[in-house]
Amino acid sequence: MESVTLPPIHEDRSALDLAAIRADFPGLNQLVHGKPLVFLDSAASAQKPRAVIDALSDAYTKNYANVHRGVHTLSQNATTAYENARAVGARFLGASSADEMVFVRGATEAINLVAQSFLAPRLTAGDEVLVTRMEHHSNIVPWQMVCEALGARVVPAPIDDHGALDLDAFEQRLGPRTKMVSVVHVSNALGTVNPVAEIVRMARERGIPTMIDGAQAAPHTAIDVQALGCDFYTISGHKVFGPTGIGLLYGRRERLADMAPYQGGGEMIQSVSFEGSSWAPPPSRFEAGTPHIVGAIGLGAALEYVSAIGLDRIAAHEHDLLHYAEERLSTLPQVRLIGTAPGKAAVVSFVVEGIHAHDIGTILDAEGVAVRAGHHCAQPAIEHFGLAATARASFALYNTRSEVDGLVDAIGGALEIFGV
Amino acid sequence: MSDLRELYQQVILDHYRSPRNCGALDDATSHADGHNPLCGDRVRVQLRVSAGTIEAARFEGAGCAISTASASLMTEAVKGKTVAEARAIFASFRSLLMGGEPAEPPASLGKLEVLGGVREFPVRVKCATLAWHTLEAALGASGDGASASAPDTTANSAPVTTE
Repeated sequence: MESVTLPPIHEDRSALDLAAIRADFPGLNQLVHGKPLVFLDSAASAQKPRAVIDALSDAYTKNYANVHRGVHTLSQNATTAYENARAVGARFLGASSADEMVFVRGATEAINLVAQSFLAPRLTAGDEVLVTRMEHHSNIVPWQMVCEALGARVVPAPIDDHGALDLDAFEQRLGPRTKMVSVVHVSNALGTVNPVAEIVRMARERGIPTMIDGAQAAPHTAIDVQALGCDFYTISGHKVFGPTGIGLLYGRRERLADMAPYQGGGEMIQSVSFEGSSWAPPPSRFEAGTPHIVGAIGLGAALEYVSAIGLDRIAAHEHDLLHYAEERLSTLPQVRLIGTAPGKAAVVSFVVEGIHAHDIGTILDAEGVAVRAGHHCAQPAIEHFGLAATARASFALYNTRSEVDGLVDAIGGALEIFGV
Repeated sequence: MSDLRELYQQVILDHYRSPRNCGALDDATSHADGHNPLCGDRVRVQLRVSAGTIEAARFEGAGCAISTASASLMTEAVKGKTVAEARAIFASFRSLLMGGEPAEPPASLGKLEVLGGVREFPVRVKCATLAWHTLEAALGASGDGASASAPDTTANSAPVTTE
């Protein structure tokens, strides 16, 4: 038998074929400041696989027309592709029907939609919306806007010094005034994975509607909205390797049916006259105007890409990276991790003694290492740790252990420059 | 790496670790707050201005090496200067960082020249100018510079932002 020289086995001890996965993402293969890019900012927005880029290109070049409007072939093809993406989304989230999936611009719009169309008509002065202190601003401000207008308020449940939710304190804050619970599934700033099933159970026992912000969960965790039992769940396309400007809102059928439209316009009506108009059934009721057709198709391609690899395998790989990063960073006494909740996702927020996060970001960038520096649109979470900013390395399925080494070496370079 | 060494010169690191004129100014005649929403940095600049001259300038706030060093060097640079001279220094400083037309008349930058390396890092220019925009707002609020143009001046009310 002929002996075959195999390429060196990637150093990452996971079942993923990392070389093949990395080859799927053309954006990873480039030099930044003359150094190979080490992209550790996927929590802000993930790189795109060829499958998504091709889906976008095909949708524009071969089957582009408006949806739900034409009898001609291209319009029918575009409609089929658009609605197929909705069905893929329903499968990805475990919804019982594609009719429970609303295309939105992203998780931010989904939360605004639920705040305006679902909560606002049900809210009176003195009512409360319960969130956690680790929320992204997008899961705080839309509720505040509705609450301020109606004399209600947004109440944060506390987190501990590891960045984990204090579940007892959360439950204590569930009261007769609580009209909505909205909680992040995976924290973008701290990596904390919230016990969302438990949270939903506590709320449902009291008849309180629930929304889960899954923007950061979708690229890392298998989601089953029916098992969770939540009323609403949202994901953002660009965080799960899809296009920007597109996302999905899952709404339980009876909730959506009981909601007024979010915006008025074409496509969301049953009939229009100057005496009054009537609304189309969900999900069309919530999709006024020509939607982001091609974005939706791209999102469908992204969800299929992730599903084909398997979220269990992705999660295992990312946990390996997380543990390796924690181990390597623990060798640098100047580095303090922010967010150390048990079972956390592969988001590593950190501060370096004597060096501001913004300077870390600049120095790492010069080495080709892309991290985010700042408050990560989660100011209350960062302020909980007495900080204004952290540096954040966030990992995705395409990252490698040698990229963790690149991160640690670049931090070492920063320590040298600053002499700390 | 050479750009990085140019950015993080010893003078800058020294002013970052041991900022000058840092802390409250008890007998301030004006102040303004600045905020860089990009990184969350906040700075307060307090001035004692008398007969058109900046007798004392101090700053408070936590920030990155660039913004802290710039604030520290700024307080040294404007102390004892007239309001008009301080504004001229800012104009020259801004053209050092951002290029374009040299300020007219050109003011001597002295030690501020060490911040010239920021020019190679456009996203960091706001860090270097935060304290200066805040100074400009405080000057606008001092009553000695009512004619000055400071488009984002919101001294003593909403913080100045560098966005």
